Formats: sequence, structure tokens, C-alpha cells
Amino acid sequence: MSGQGVGKSVPRKEDDRYLRGRGQFVADIKLPGMKEVAFLRSPLAHARIGDIHIPGKWRDAVFTAADLAGVKPIRAVSSLPGFKPSEQPCLARNKVRQVGEAIAACVADTRAEAEDIAAEIEVDFEELPAVVDMIAARAPDAPLVHEEWGDNVFLESLVDGDVESVKDKAAIRVTRELRTARQCMMPIEGRGVVAAWDPRLDQLIVHSAAQMPHVTRTGLCECLGLDHGQVRVVAPDVGGGFGYKGVLLPEEVCLSWLTMRLGHPLRWIEDRREHLTAGANCREHHYLITAYAEADGRLLAIDAEATVDSGAYSIYPFSACLEAAQIGSILPGPYDLPVYRCRTWSVASNKSPIMPYRGVARTGVCFAMELIIDAIAREAGLEPHEVRLKNLVPPEAMPFDNITGKHFDSGDYPESLRRAVAEIDLPAVRARQQRGEADGRLIGLGLAIYCEQAAHGTSVYAGWGIPMVPGHEQAALRITPDGGLEVRVGVHSHGQGLETTLAQVVNEILGIAIDKVKVVHGDTQLTPYSTGTWGSRCMVMAGGAVATGCRALAGRIMKIGAGLLQVPVAEVALEDGRVRGAAGSVGIDEVAQVWYLRPQDLPDDVDPAGLEITAGYKPERDSGTFSYASHAVVVAVDAELGAVEILDYVVIEDGGKLVNPMIVDGQIQGGAAQGIGTALYEEMPFDAAGQPLASTLADYLIPGATEVPSLRIGHMETLSPYTEFGVKGIGEGGAIAPPAAIANAVNDALRPLGAEVTETPITPRRLLAAIAKAQRDGAQRDGAQRDGAQGGGS
Amino acid sequence: MKPARFDYARPASLGEAVALLGTRGTVVKCLAGGQSLGPMLNLRLVQPDLLVDITRIPELTRVEEDGDGVLLGACTTHAAIEDGRVPDVTGGVLPAVAQGIAYRAVRSRGTIGGSLAHADPAADWITCLTALGAEIVVHGPSGRRELAVAEFMRGGFETALEADEILEAVRVPRLGAGARWGYYKVNRKPGEFAHAIGAVLHDPERGVCRAVAGATESRPIVIEDASRLVARSDRAAVVELLREGGLGADAYSLQIHAVALERAIRTLS
Repeated sequence: MSGQGVGKSVPRKEDDRYLRGRGQFVADIKLPGMKEVAFLRSPLAHARIGDIHIPGKWRDAVFTAADLAGVKPIRAVSSLPGFKPSEQPCLARNKVRQVGEAIAACVADTRAEAEDIAAEIEVDFEELPAVVDMIAARAPDAPLVHEEWGDNVFLESLVDGDVESVKDKAAIRVTRELRTARQCMMPIEGRGVVAAWDPRLDQLIVHSAAQMPHVTRTGLCECLGLDHGQVRVVAPDVGGGFGYKGVLLPEEVCLSWLTMRLGHPLRWIEDRREHLTAGANCREHHYLITAYAEADGRLLAIDAEATVDSGAYSIYPFSACLEAAQIGSILPGPYDLPVYRCRTWSVASNKSPIMPYRGVARTGVCFAMELIIDAIAREAGLEPHEVRLKNLVPPEAMPFDNITGKHFDSGDYPESLRRAVAEIDLPAVRARQQRGEADGRLIGLGLAIYCEQAAHGTSVYAGWGIPMVPGHEQAALRITPDGGLEVRVGVHSHGQGLETTLAQVVNEILGIAIDKVKVVHGDTQLTPYSTGTWGSRCMVMAGGAVATGCRALAGRIMKIGAGLLQVPVAEVALEDGRVRGAAGSVGIDEVAQVWYLRPQDLPDDVDPAGLEITAGYKPERDSGTFSYASHAVVVAVDAELGAVEILDYVVIEDGGKLVNPMIVDGQIQGGAAQGIGTALYEEMPFDAAGQPLASTLADYLIPGATEVPSLRIGHMETLSPYTEFGVKGIGEGGAIAPPAAIANAVNDALRPLGAEVTETPITPRRLLAAIAKAQRDGAQRDGAQRDGAQGGGS
Repeated sequence: MKPARFDYARPASLGEAVALLGTRGTVVKCLAGGQSLGPMLNLRLVQPDLLVDITRIPELTRVEEDGDGVLLGACTTHAAIEDGRVPDVTGGVLPAVAQGIAYRAVRSRGTIGGSLAHADPAADWITCLTALGAEIVVHGPSGRRELAVAEFMRGGFETALEADEILEAVRVPRLGAGARWGYYKVNRKPGEFAHAIGAVLHDPERGVCRAVAGATESRPIVIEDASRLVARSDRAAVVELLREGGLGADAYSLQIHAVALERAIRTLS
């Protein structure tokens, strides 16, 4: 049994069924009498809806907003001052505000037939001018996504600081305009819903590919006017979430209502085209950022304006403002910044709602901050890591409250950077750059460092006032009569490996073999309420709850065991799954048998609560753990074709105590794959009318095995002082730094050409445009100098 | 997305297939490997009344080699060419190009005839076979006709095939002993359609020195006499030829096509 506890790289329990293709996903569920739903979706980004013409023969198979009597729109509010809520209808009413917005639900025996019906419906549209660019959307004469607002701003926020005070003493001032493209989140499994009404239980059962099933249930109840007891949400095996599966979907509400109306089960499985052109998007940020620094690279101030294209609606439960307001609070990153000012806008547009994707706003923030740090390094004539080392929060300052009030719990940020620089072998790369490449490509080295607030709780989210504020996390534990343990948690696992890592926590405390630990999750009927899986919180929060519960159970087990051994409880210990006394020992399985099957043998003073417990947990401080990492990357840039190849990639990360280092490595590798997608490939472009231009994976490029290098990962383990075992949330980190590190590497390579990239993804077209611009600028400068010289001579 | 309803037929002979293609008043599409047509059906970009599955027609899988070259039936898969399961008369050109098409799963089902008949400008065979000077055998109600690949493709997704004709085979000429070859494809990851292709064939024995710029918006640009470019690298001359071929509108596209062609030429030596 030893060798399976916290810190051991045991193989994942869940992989056996996944690798054999025996996972059960929503699309695998078949219910008797189940029919399929296809949605008629808006072909226009912004239009008034006139008449909807449904052929007579399909009158009973097609449902529109007019049918959805009593169904409330989805509202995700925020209590932040000035926030304007939106109402997201489950089927469009009066107006469509994005391409792909559902207008009608069509029911048939097969999806193909349902699509046939959708194709026969005609809608009279009056097209309206579309809001497509988030900067133009703020202009006073911009068309309005929500007319009643008077503008297109969900929320404007300001973190103020006295930037004026440093302007005169700053030897270095650099400004950049930066953009990160709009992306789709692209889990392997898309969304999907199977809804059915159980008349016996008076209960709606919604199978959904969801990562926050309890929150989904609350949202469904609000929209449908049902009691919580009347709704059961089941998230079976889920193939990746990344935030996308946290959103309450209009489709979920619609199918729930429809199955109650029709009396038979219904199914809708999102296809890849719907994911690309109708589903929620992520990542679209714009920054205008200025850094002020001393001549030696020490930061004096950051002054920034950040805009997020939040799309047409505020989505449940995250709201439309989480992304931009988060930028304001985390832009300073891991640096000790004396002065800081940041104004942010969450802007409505005629595009899909934007929502937090793995890393949330940090990927954009890291891109902005790390590119500006490199710009300072160029001005100061220093190596990029030297500037960073002058500004990172030092280990002796930990715990550290930064300029926006973030409480960094622990860590040695400079050491992770020094190790990354050593591992990538900076002198060797510089020498290689000097030599030049036989194939003419340009070599570049890029760095990025970030810290990541994770598992942040009540005190952080209460201020946002969004529909989801996490409190204590709970786990329900039950020793089974054979000495196994059932663990019920409200978080969900969809790739994180929680069925294994929570079992490792059990093993660490109770010594029960992980094979005998059954983790039950993804079912609101069976698990304690939880806000679910998001914010890299599960290991800290659910892990903490499981540990707390196991400790409480250990006391009860020892009491029974001591009674069986006929010694005082003070004289026994629980080791390797056995209660041991001086003269003998008894296993947890025997203790369980006595409790369940032979209660006549129990000691008289046994705890009547028995071997079942629901335990709650919150870390000592709920302001979050701060894991961090330094990424170092070497690229080769083909300046003729604009192509970028990653030659080497080093990650030195610190996630506190690692429960299963192998799983953490997998998380970092997978996150980095998504970060590489952000850096080089993934983009959902729109035309001026708001049409999404990538409707298949032939147009929307995602990195594959050939584009993702094997990372060289190094670990540091600085414990969090506030959590069980000192763990920190780490699930998102891999996706944060690659765009910044790769862009810095590309810019390092382009330095001899005087060119710089400022946007993701760094496509060949953008890269060549940056080179062409540098050539034009250079020619102009030369021309001006020539003119100046001639002028001087005459 | 699921396909709209269609009928399906699997004829056993070429004549039967041609007869089905000629059914009046209906939209009929040939189905070979289905690697382009399948997704297009699912996306409802094509909604045929009838799909004619041509994979069981013996004439379309036949392969005949003679002194002049090889005749490859239309349903020869990319994988069969890649694996050397059909004769290669090009000194390794065809297997090398086949190996670079999409992914192995696509190559296992996709066919040379299907790719040509689909006439996606970004596909490999159109450019490769244009450079090789291959010919296409077309079968229709009134018998066979043959035409050069360069004439077969009329534009993006447009060919010289009549509605009741079927692409039967490709005739690839045998290259001379001293033939040299260069091929350079620009794409961002394996399996992605090409953004630019450069192909060049220098076959002194047969008096051929042809360069082709492919993956344009339309037909490949053919430089029938590329001997000057082959003799001496000249970016300006390449760019000028590509401009003449109609590539001037987009500076990025012009640049990557010029580089692709230059690199194809460079691999000759």
C-alpha cells in the first residue's frame, strides 16, 4: 500500500477505460424513445427577426421563442459597479446578436432529418450593422448590440496609480499595442445534452458534457422555474473542459424545456461546426501598454489600457466582465511594481460570448507584460532575464502583497528563472546566433514567467458578485463494508486525473489502496454541492476536503479498532490501513465489517456517526495559491516564409507539493500544447459583417503531435503555507506562458531585421508583414537621414 | 452536420457508371475515397440526388506499365503510390509526393483520380502531374478522350469533365535517365492544405525543363521553359513570372510562391 500516497507518480486509475475506448460520454447515452434536436441558427451577426415561416407539415416538430412560454433568459450578473447585464434568450427573440444564435429547435428521429427540417424554415431578417471590432465598438457612433444600454460596454474598470509621478525620472519609456486573437476552446469532445423527464421521480434528468454540474443545475432551475429537487444533472465521462464546459447553454435550457413538453428524451450533440461558429469563444484581448523604467531596467510604472471583446452576451455563471476585470488585477504578474495604472473595458460585440479558457486572462496578461519587459531589455541593452531578475518579487519577501493586493503565498520566482536560463543554455544559444544557420534561418531565444492565482475562494469572488461564489468545498466519504472507501465530490474530472489523485490523498492518510477507493463525481444527486472544476482549484479544495474527511474517519476507525484490540485509543496508531496497538493490529476492512455487519462487537462508546462523513474545507487563507513557472524557448524563424519552428522548450515550474508528479507533467505538456496553439496557430477570424471565417478544422488550425515538442520540465516544490500538504493549483499553468515566450523568441530572432511581432497567433502572414514593415520603416529612416544630411550640406 | 438524403449506387462497370452519371435532371456525384466529398456532404456543401460509388469498377483500379510510362487507374490510392505497390516510372517522384499528402489515414482512402477530379488548387497531384506532363484519360458516353493535366483543370474546383464523363486513369510518362526533380510545399503543419507549391522537372533526355507554381487560387502557373531559372537563381525573374501568371494581388501569396519555386529549383542541384 505504501508508494501510492501524495507525491507518488502512480498510473492513472481512469486510463484503463479510456484507453480501451470504454469511457461513457454524453453521446454514448441512448434512452428508449430518444429523438434528436437540430438548431436553426442565425446566418447573420446582427439582425431583427421578422416572421419565421415553418412549413405546415413540420408545425409539431419546430419550436421557436414564441413557444418557450415561462422560460426565462439566461442572466449572468455581476455586482461590480456599472456592470450592464444582458439577457441571453434560449431561442432568439426579436433580434439575433451573433452568427450561430439558436432561433428554432427542430425535433426528428435522426439528426440528419432534424437538419432537413431546419433547412426548410425561412426567417425574415432585417440585417443591422454589426459590431465586430472591440475598439471601434467603443466609438460614440457605433451600432449597439443592446440598444437599451446606450453604448457597448458591459463594464469599465480602473485600477488607479500615480503614473505622472514617475514620468520625469524614467530613463526608459516603451509603449506597445498588442493583441491576442479570438479562439475556440476545442475540447476533443464538444458539448452535448441528453435530457429526459422522469414522471415517477417528478424529475428532469439532464446528461450534459459539463464541468460544473451543480452550477448548471442552479442555472437550469432559474431559467425553468423548477425546484432543485426536480432537476438532476449528470456529467458522465467528459472529454476535456478548459472552461467551455462550465457555461450554461441555451441548448441545455431548451432541451430541458422541450423534453418536459414532449414527454420523450431528447438529444443534441454539438458538432465541430457549431463549436467553431456558434459556441463560446475566448482570449480576444487588446492592450495599449506603456512601461517606465530606470536605465538599468528596474520598473518604475506600468500604465495600460486593456480591452476584451466579450461578445454578445454575459454568459452564466462567469459573466462578461471576469476576463477584463481580472486583467486589471493581475497584469503586474510576478513583479514588484512601484506604480500601476490600468483601465479595462469589457466590450459587447456581435460575436459569440467570450469566456474564461485555461489560464483565463493570464495568457493575454503574460503576453502583454512579458513582451513589454523584453522591450525594456532591448532599450536597456540587457539580457531579458537580467531585467526580470531585477524586478521579480524575491523569495525573502514571501508571503508578499503586491500592488493590486494579491497575496503571493510562497515561492522563489528568480530561482525558477535562473534555472530555466541555465537549462536552455543561454550562452550556447547566443553563440549559435552569432554563427548563423546553414539553412539561413534565424535563431531566437524567448523567456516568460508568470504566477498564477488558483483555488481562490470566497473573499476573492464575493467582490465580483457573479452567480458563482465558492465557499467551503465538501467531500462525502463512506467506508464500505469491505474496507474500501467511496469518495463523493462535487467537482468534476475531465482529464485532470482526480479519480487517481483524490485516491492518493485517501491512501496518504488512511492507507487504503487506491484500487479500493471509488471516486464518485459528476452527478448532482450523488455528490455535495460544489461550484465545480475551474480555476485550478480541485486538488487544493476537493483534495483538502478529502484529507479533512479522512482524518475525521481515521479517529473513528481507531476508536473501533482500539475497542477490538481491547486497548485505549491513545495507544493505537493508524498505519498502512491497519489500526496498530502494542500487541496486535486490526485492518480497516475488519473495522468496517464490525461496524456494518457485526455491530454487536462494537465498543460501547462508539461514535454513532459511523464510517460515513461529509467534511468541508477551506484553506487557512482563501486568497488563492500562487504556482508559477518560467518558460524558455528556442525557435528557428524562416524569414522568407514566416515559419516558426520550436527547437527547444524548457519549463521550470513550482506547484507546491505535487500529489502526482506524472499527472502534473501531463497537465503542463497539455497546457503548453494549447499555449502553442495560441502562439502560432489558433484564430477565429471574422469578416466586417461579423461572419466567423473558420468553419472547419481545415481553416481553424490546432497544433498536433508534430507541432508540439516534448517539453523539458523541471520542478520546484515550495509548499503553500495555507493548504493541505502545501499543494498549489497548477492545472492551467502550461497554457499561460507559451504565447509570451514564443513571441519573445521570435522577436529575438527578428532583431537583426528590426522587426517585432505584436499579435497572436504569429502566422506566417503576420510575421512577414512585420518584416516588411521594418524594411519600410528602415527605408524611411534612411531616406530621412539622407535628406537631413543633404539639407545640412546645402 | 449530417448529409442531406441521397441515393447510392455501386456499379460494377465503367459503362454502367457513365450511364448513371448521365441520368437527366438529377445531380450525380462520383464517390471514390470520399476524403473531400465526405466532409462536403456532411457540411451540405454538396447535396447530390445520387452518389455513384466507383470503387468496385475493375477498370478504375488497373495499372499498366509500358516503355512510355505507367497508366494508373483513377481509384489508385495515394497510399498505394507511397508504398510502391504500383510501378514508379518517375525515379521516386510519385512516392515522395504521395507521402506528403495529408495524413496516412487520408492517403489510405484518398485516390489520385478523386483528387484530380475535385480540382482543389491546393492539392498535390494537380501541381505534381502538371510538372510531369501527365495526361488524363476521360471516359464518356461516346468513348475515351485524353488530355494533358494542365488542360484538364480549368480553374479552382473546375475541370474539363462533362457531367456524364468519368476520370478513368492518369498516364504518367517515364522520365529520362538524367532527369532531376524538385518539389517544395509550404504549409504550416502536416496534413494542412498547401499555401504554395513549387515543382520543377529538368529532364534533358526528353528536352523538358518545366517549372510549376501550385496552390494558387486557380490553375497552377506553368513555366514551360524554366531553363534560365534552373541555370541561375533569380528571385526577381521568378516574381515577374508569377505576376504574369496572375499572382500579384497579394504580396504574401506572391512571396511564398516565389520562395517555394526557388526552393524547389534549389533542391535540383
